[in-house]
This record gives sequence, C-alpha cells and structure tokens, in this order.
Amino acid sequence: MKPSAFEYFTPNTVEEAVGLLEKYEDEAKILAGGQSLVPIMNFRLGRPEVLIDINGIRDLDYIKEEGDDLLIGALTRQRDVELSPRVQEKCPILAEAVSFIGHVPIRNRGTIGGSLVHADPSSELTTVICCLDGEMKVVGPPGDRTLGPEEFFLTYLTTSLEPSEILVEVRIPTLPQNTGWSFVELSRRVSDFAIVGVATLLFMEDGGICKEARIALGGVAPTPIRAEEAEELLAGQKITDALIVKAGEEAAEIAEAEPDYHASAEYRKDMARVFVQRGLREALNKVRGGE
Amino acid sequence: MSNEDKGKWVGKGMKRKEDLRLLIGRGNFMDDIRLPNMKHAAILRSPYPHAWIRGMDVSEAEKLPGVRGILTGEDVEKMSKPFSVGVPVPPKYYACAVDKVRFVGEPVAVVVADDRYIAEDALDLIKVDYEPLPVVMDIEEATQPDSPILHDNIGSNIYSHRLFKYGNPEKAYEEADLVVKGKFLFPKYGSTPIETYAVIASYNPYNEEFVIYNNYQGPFVTHFLVALALGIPENKMRWIVPTDIGGGFGTKTGMYPYIALIALAAKKTGMTVKWLEDRREHLLASSTGTDRVTYMEAAVKKDGTILALKDKAIDNTGGYIRPPEPGCAYRSTGNHTGAYQIKDLDREVLVVGTNKCLTAPNRGYTCQELYFSVERLVDMAATELGLDPAEIRFKNFIQPGQFPYTTATGGLYDAGNYPKAFQMALDIIDYKKMREEQQKARKESKYIGIGFATVVDPSVTNIAYVTLALTPEQRAKERPKSGSGESVIVKMDPLGKVHVIASTNPQGQGHETVISQIVADELGIHPDDVTVSDVVDTHDRVYSITTGSYSSRFASVGTNAVVYATRKVKERMTKIAAHLLEANPNDLELKKGKFYVKGSPDRSISIRHVAGTAHWNQAALPEGMDAGLYASSFLSMPTSKPVDDLDRVDSSNTYGFVAEAIVLEVDIETGEVKFLKWASVHDSGTVLNPMLLEGQVMGSCIHALGGTLYEEFAYDENGQCLTASFQDYLVPTAMEVPKIDIGHVETASPLTALGSKGAGESSSMSVPVAIGNAIADALSPLGVTIDELPLSPNKIWHLIQEARAKKD
Repeated sequence: MKPSAFEYFTPNTVEEAVGLLEKYEDEAKILAGGQSLVPIMNFRLGRPEVLIDINGIRDLDYIKEEGDDLLIGALTRQRDVELSPRVQEKCPILAEAVSFIGHVPIRNRGTIGGSLVHADPSSELTTVICCLDGEMKVVGPPGDRTLGPEEFFLTYLTTSLEPSEILVEVRIPTLPQNTGWSFVELSRRVSDFAIVGVATLLFMEDGGICKEARIALGGVAPTPIRAEEAEELLAGQKITDALIVKAGEEAAEIAEAEPDYHASAEYRKDMARVFVQRGLREALNKVRGGE
Repeated sequence: MSNEDKGKWVGKGMKRKEDLRLLIGRGNFMDDIRLPNMKHAAILRSPYPHAWIRGMDVSEAEKLPGVRGILTGEDVEKMSKPFSVGVPVPPKYYACAVDKVRFVGEPVAVVVADDRYIAEDALDLIKVDYEPLPVVMDIEEATQPDSPILHDNIGSNIYSHRLFKYGNPEKAYEEADLVVKGKFLFPKYGSTPIETYAVIASYNPYNEEFVIYNNYQGPFVTHFLVALALGIPENKMRWIVPTDIGGGFGTKTGMYPYIALIALAAKKTGMTVKWLEDRREHLLASSTGTDRVTYMEAAVKKDGTILALKDKAIDNTGGYIRPPEPGCAYRSTGNHTGAYQIKDLDREVLVVGTNKCLTAPNRGYTCQELYFSVERLVDMAATELGLDPAEIRFKNFIQPGQFPYTTATGGLYDAGNYPKAFQMALDIIDYKKMREEQQKARKESKYIGIGFATVVDPSVTNIAYVTLALTPEQRAKERPKSGSGESVIVKMDPLGKVHVIASTNPQGQGHETVISQIVADELGIHPDDVTVSDVVDTHDRVYSITTGSYSSRFASVGTNAVVYATRKVKERMTKIAAHLLEANPNDLELKKGKFYVKGSPDRSISIRHVAGTAHWNQAALPEGMDAGLYASSFLSMPTSKPVDDLDRVDSSNTYGFVAEAIVLEVDIETGEVKFLKWASVHDSGTVLNPMLLEGQVMGSCIHALGGTLYEEFAYDENGQCLTASFQDYLVPTAMEVPKIDIGHVETASPLTALGSKGAGESSSMSVPVAIGNAIADALSPLGVTIDELPLSPNKIWHLIQEARAKKD
C-alpha cells in the first residue's frame, strides 16, 4: 500500500496554486486534509502525477460573518467548524452535521473544501450544504465564479470544477430565529459512511405555521438531493405527525438507492423514509422548545 | 516448609510490566528490526478466484531500476515441496500459486527491491496470463459432484469427511418426546491484529542455514512443517521472534506460508528480505476463521432433558487446507456437548474447499460455530416445550458434584460449578425484573430480548485431536500423537535476582507480568527482582511441537512450568542453605529473603548468600550438586492422551465455563440493536491477575461482538471479496462497546499448580449465540427466527420484512 511516484508542490497563494493547476491540469490533484486522497493513492486507486499541497495557503483558513452569511475558507479544518462558537450559534445544523464526520483525528485534518470537492453523496457536508443552499466560490485562471449545490455537485465523486479551478470559500446562510433543524444519519458504526443522512430545516412563522421546509438526503442518489415534494407538503402548514409521516414517504419516493454490501436498495429507501420522519420530528421539537 | 509471602502477588491486579515500554514507543516489533543491506518484498496477488496460470512475463519488472530479483511459482515449485496437512489426500499447497490460483489474493510472485515503493511499482509490470475458471463459493454447493473442482488430485472439494457415533443415539430418539431441528449458518470472520504478518529472511549458502525473523505465535507445528516444505533439517532453520507481537488471536497459529515464501525469495536473490503484510493483503489473503453450515437436532424429553444430539457440520477452509486444519472440525470434540449431560451423539463432519481465503484458528477456534448451533437449539427446545430458557439450562447442567466429568466424546472436565455461575449472571441482569420489563415494553411496541449462552471454555489443546481426521483403522497404521507441554527455565544470578526464560511468545497477554508475580510468590521476593525473556529463538530456546501461545495455554500449562521450575530452584536453594547452616533442609523456612532454621531465629542465611555460594564458591555446595542455580520444567498435562479406538479424546486439558446474559432492544424500524444489560460470568479457575483477566474477557466479548453484528469476509458470486478494507470490514471500535458487567466464580483446576484455567478465548465462544438468542427473543412476537450471522441492521430489517410478508 505505497503510492506511485508523484511530483509535489507547496504553493503559498491561491494564484500560485491556480498557476500549477493550469500547467498540469488533469495530472494534478490538490492535497488539503488528505483524508480521502491519501488512502486512494495508497490503494493506487488514484495515481496523480502531481500533488499540489495547499496547506501553506494560510489565508484559506477562516470563519467569518458577512451580513446574514457565514464565510468559511476552504482550508478550514472540519474540527474548527464543529467547535466554532460562531457556527454553533448562527448555523448549528452545520456544526452538528460536521460532528458526524469520521472521528476527531479525521476532523482535525479533514477540511471543509476537501470534503465538498470529493463530492461523496453520502458525506455529511455535501448533504448539509445542499439543505442550506450554500454557495461554493471557485477561482480559476479567468477569475472566480460562484456555484450553488445543484450546479456544483454533478454526480458521484464529480463536481463542475474545471481542471484548473480551485474551491476557495463556502458561503452559508445563517439560520433566522424560529428555525427548527436537525441532522440525523444511519451508519453501521459511529463514523462510518452514512447509509442515509438527512438534513432538515423548518422555517416557522408566528402561530406555528411552517413557512418553508427543506429536506436534503445524502447517500441515496449520485448527489445529495432535496426532497422537494415533501418540502412542499409541509410549506404553509401547521406540522402534525401525520404530515411528517407522509413527508417521509414522499421523500423516500425520490431515493434512487443503489444496493451495496451494507444496505440493499429497499432498505436504503426505507431508511430514507424513517430518517426523514425522525429528522422532521427532531426539528419540530427544537423549534417548539425554542418558542 | 512454610512461606508467609505466599499469595502476596498472584491474584492481585498488578500493573503490567510490559506497558511502560509499549506506551513510550520502546517496544520491539517486526517493523523495528533493521538488518544491514535489508531489501524489501512486495507480493503479486491473483485478481481471480479460480484460474489457470498460462504464462508469466517478469522481464519488464526485472528491468526496473532498484529491483533485485523476482520469485515466481515456477521457482517455488522447484525449490520447495507442498506443505503437509493431516487429511487423506492433501492438496498441493505451495507457498505461492504454481499452476493455478484458487482464491483472490493468492500470491503468484514476489518482487525484491531496494524499497517497498519500487517493489510495488514492479508488481504493475509483471504480466500474468490467466485463464479464468468457474468458481464455487457456497459451502453446500462445494460438496456436490457437479460443482467446479479446485484440486484435480483430490477429485472433489471435500478435504475431510468423518462419521462419529457416541453412546446409543437410536435408543435416545426412541425415549424422546420431541426432536428439535435447525439449520445454522456461521459467517467467516477473523482477528485483524494491529500488527499484521511480517517476515525477514536470509540464507547463508556456506552453512546452508536460514535465519528467519517472524511474529508467529509459537513454533507450534509450523516450524517443523516449513522445514519439511523447504526440504531442510529443522536445525538448519533458525526462527527468531521479537520481544513484542502486536496481537495474534489465532491468526498467527495457522500455517504461515509467507515464512517459506520470503525464505525462498531470500535464497533466490541472495539478499536479506523483509516483507510486511499490508492491511489489504491481510484482509484479502491472510487467514480467517471458518464459515460453517450446521444441521443439528436435539432429542428432548417433555421436562426439558436433552437426551441426544445429532449434527452434520460442514466447514470451509477455502482454496486449500493447511495445518492445523482440519482441526476446525475436530478441535472441540471433547466439549461437543457443552455444559450439559448429553450421553448420545451422532455426528457427520465435512471440511470442504471453496474459492475463498484460507483459514486458521480464530479466537475460540470453532467453539463459537459449535455453540451457535447447540445454544440456539436449546432455546428453540425451550420455546417448543413452553419452558423458560434459563430453566432448561439448569435442568441439563453437569452438576458440581460430578467433577471430574467425562463427556461422551472423551473430554475430561476438570472442575466447575455451572449452576452457580449462571445464577450469578441472572442476578446481575435481574432476570425476573427484565422479563417483566420485556412484557411492558411489548405493549408499547418496543422489542426487548433476553439471551443466554452457557458454554464450556476449553483451553490447552491436546495435539492428539488432529488425528480425528483419520478413521481408527487409518490411525492404527500411524504413530500416535499427544501432548501439551510448555517449557520454562528459571535461573538465579549471583546477586540473588531471577531471570526466567520462557518461549510462550505472548502477543500482548501480559505473561511477563504474571510470571513475575508467580516467581515472586514462590520465592518470597519482589516482582521487580524478576526479569523475563519470553520469546522464541529456535536455536536458543527449549521448545517442542506444542510450544507457543494459542488455545489459551499460558494460564494453565505455562504457569505450571513457571511454578514447577521455580520450586526446583527453591529446593536447590534450600539444600544449599541447609548445607551451609548445617541443618536439615526440612527444618528450614523461607521468610523475607532469608532461610531460617525453625525455632532458632538467630540461625539464618540470605537468598543472596545462597545464590552467591552457588556461583562464587562452588566447592561449598553439597556433594554432587550442579554449580550455578537454575532449573527447568517441561511437562505435558497428564490428561493429554492419544485418541482412543472409539474416537474419544480429551481434546483440551482444562475446561472453564462462561455464562452470558444479554438484554437488548431491537429498533424494528431500522434493525439496529441497542444493548441494555450484559452480564458475562466466567469460571477460569483461580484468578491470577484480575486486571489482565478483565482485559481478556472484554477483548473476547468485543471480538465476538464484531463477528456477530459487524464483521464478515463477504464475497460476491464471482468470488471477489467485498470487505477487503477497513471501510467495509467493520471491526467494533470503542464507540460500539456497551457496558459489560463481569463476574467470576473460581473453581480451582486440580490439573494446574495454581488452580488456574485458560481465559483468553472465553466469551468469543458464547457471545455470538447469546446475542443471537436475545435478538430471536426480542423479535419472537413478529415470527422472526435467527439462524445466521452477522446480524447487520440491513439483515435484521429484511428478516422482519420477510416474517411480516409470511404473516400477511
């Protein structure tokens, strides 16, 4: 389990990194936390000829607020996001989702950007960004552009990043008062890949009416997906348990679950139902507790 | 002669002497060994489960700078012989595939290079021409005449087949009121020690001698078998094992083919060659426990008395069979009837091959397979008879007054009090109250289950059992086999400190600590005054076919050797002291480091003075006494006898007991299991060190928890392993470990000097079926039956859906 030979660069600025990407394009891979890339290289499932280690680009490591949004640098460690008082206060669902990633030593190294560009559909970050409608800011030779989840995540392990582009920042809206939220997942062991992960948001109005609901599912399709029909079912309603049951059933309908060793397609689909229901109940409890 | 210090250390939770060096990174494992001019090997492995090798081209790989040589199957065939194995027609199992591959991951060539990176690069440049063949993955399909045949020289996939009858099962069936039947599937799981296999080999052509560093769990039978395969006398192959082995659990007691393979690579290239198995190699191709299909039935009276057992068990040793297999099928013979008084048995045993990874003992060595069937059947009988599963166990237990108890199959259970231990487990979980809670929970649609397993825990293998693979007639033509000995040398230096030389080759069990405790008690000294070297060096140590740490041997036969050798030293010290004091040895007593003449407190001599005399003033020793101060012990257990003409054998020597009582809740929406209470009560005889014992019990519980809920070497129908990395082969971590309440009942073994029995495997035998029984109990209102493992949430969910579909 030794990687094949590669060239190794350590740029100190985004411009240098983009320059290297422009030069080597598909031959190059960016090394951030290395929690997915290094095992892939050790198994020789991936054999990049060039590694661009961006750990020296210190100004990609930050958590800031701008208006109603949180701005998180791509190189920010997952553990820093999880423990950030600002994130815990302004966008607790993000801190909660991140706490499900691997174990502490993995989160100490793994970065926000690394997980998003890896684009594993069962990953907690892709699912929660999809739910929050976060935006990915990428920089390439012609300049920068901003992509929403649907534009960014194309399919399994694939994003719309061009070979010479690098993800630099994620913009995440903070949650208004009176928002119910939850992140729940099913995995074989603590830290394993999610069989299904569900992020939910309930934006409530005075009088206990749900103004808008968001439900994102991970692990049941080639990208994280939003359960739009289930969301519509809840929007403008006073949420009852009967409605939650129905929303779960509706959400499971859109799961295009693939079978693997740990979960059959039927099981995964049914777990989408169960965890959407559990997630919505938890979100509702939170917002009721907060009233 | 009295010794007032007796019992000062043994039985106490003394901290491990090994820990400091391990915690600060000063252990000495295989990867710590760096020899001059050492080169590195990587192994090319088959991507096919079953294929002819039609050709191999290594020319491109040889040209890669840094490559020092390549060993192929052709070389291995020329330079060695297939490994021997105790079955009528052995397959041709070489250290590397010669003309055909029979499982994914089977070695086909070895590259030796300046570093492991280059060696792995070179693997990519070797071209192998495979001709794929149909595969056989299913155990029962493998027994069919029309299944793909792995070994043409055998002509079928059946490596071993025997029929046994004990007592009079026909009569028992006539007397029975009910016959309970089941078919049980036990999965293939393993041990995953932190330190994988590793070998460093060199060959000196001038004295024609191999020196091979490895982390095998003993010489056991493997040193002898590797020498045979290499075609050399045993004394021309020196094995050295470093101070520390990072876990074994049985994985490192099977035929370790890489010792021969790397030795051949060293001989061919003329280099000192190091090979470390990586995790993928370990999961794909090292060694696992056997998977087993069992058909078992019990003939039972209305009152719950179990009269007879009838079973057909089929084990699967994969693409080949290698020692100590077919032990998988025969090792538990003496304890086949577990903790119960069952006199009549009818058995059929098959060991077959499929295109899966090979097997070796895996903590519990097939007792978990055996008890999964027996203890499920006991619960099923209770259900059919309307009896409580605890009650039926009490009804059938061997009673405390019956020891030593001879089982129908020849096992000689040395000591035990099964009802007392089981009652303790029931009390810990508050059984009666739990049943009430279960009823209450069911009304709220919550599914709580209570599961038991009460099993006999055999330790110290008697090597005789392997000859059960032969019929009595075949056996009569061979010389008998028997034994279980372990060797220890105790020596005292001129300043009166003790060094113990053992070769139990521990893999983390804490033998250094326990040996120090025992010697300290025997001689009235401090454990810090005892040092221990407990490794194997076949040129320096006294060893035999039975030597090593496997089969939970140390606590019984290992401690016997320590005690007896120390007592011999003490006897000699006493004689020297008596001689110097001009007293009768019988009048001496040892107190606080001095020999006193009883009744004359002013007449004494220190241990140090006695030891000094033995070394510095040899003329002062009693006439005829050896100079220096040391003694050895190397005793086999008196109960280790050959198999008799009726196929009865005392397959182990000391027999402990485990009572598991588990309360859990099944989430029927997701199939997840949550443990509510877990009592694990053990009788491992006299407890030597409660802290070490707790570690063993927890380890065996969690190892078995893995095999029950998480771990499996799963294959698809094309023969590819689906779980060849830790991403999919799920070993429980600290996060998955529930609270376990451990209890002990100590019935001293009359066979051991200190009354202790083995404990290292214990719950690995009882936990799988205890959890299985608890899940079956939880889901009984839904009509779910449990007859296979592992019970993943996905699996439990499907069982629930199937049961619901049946009901509708």
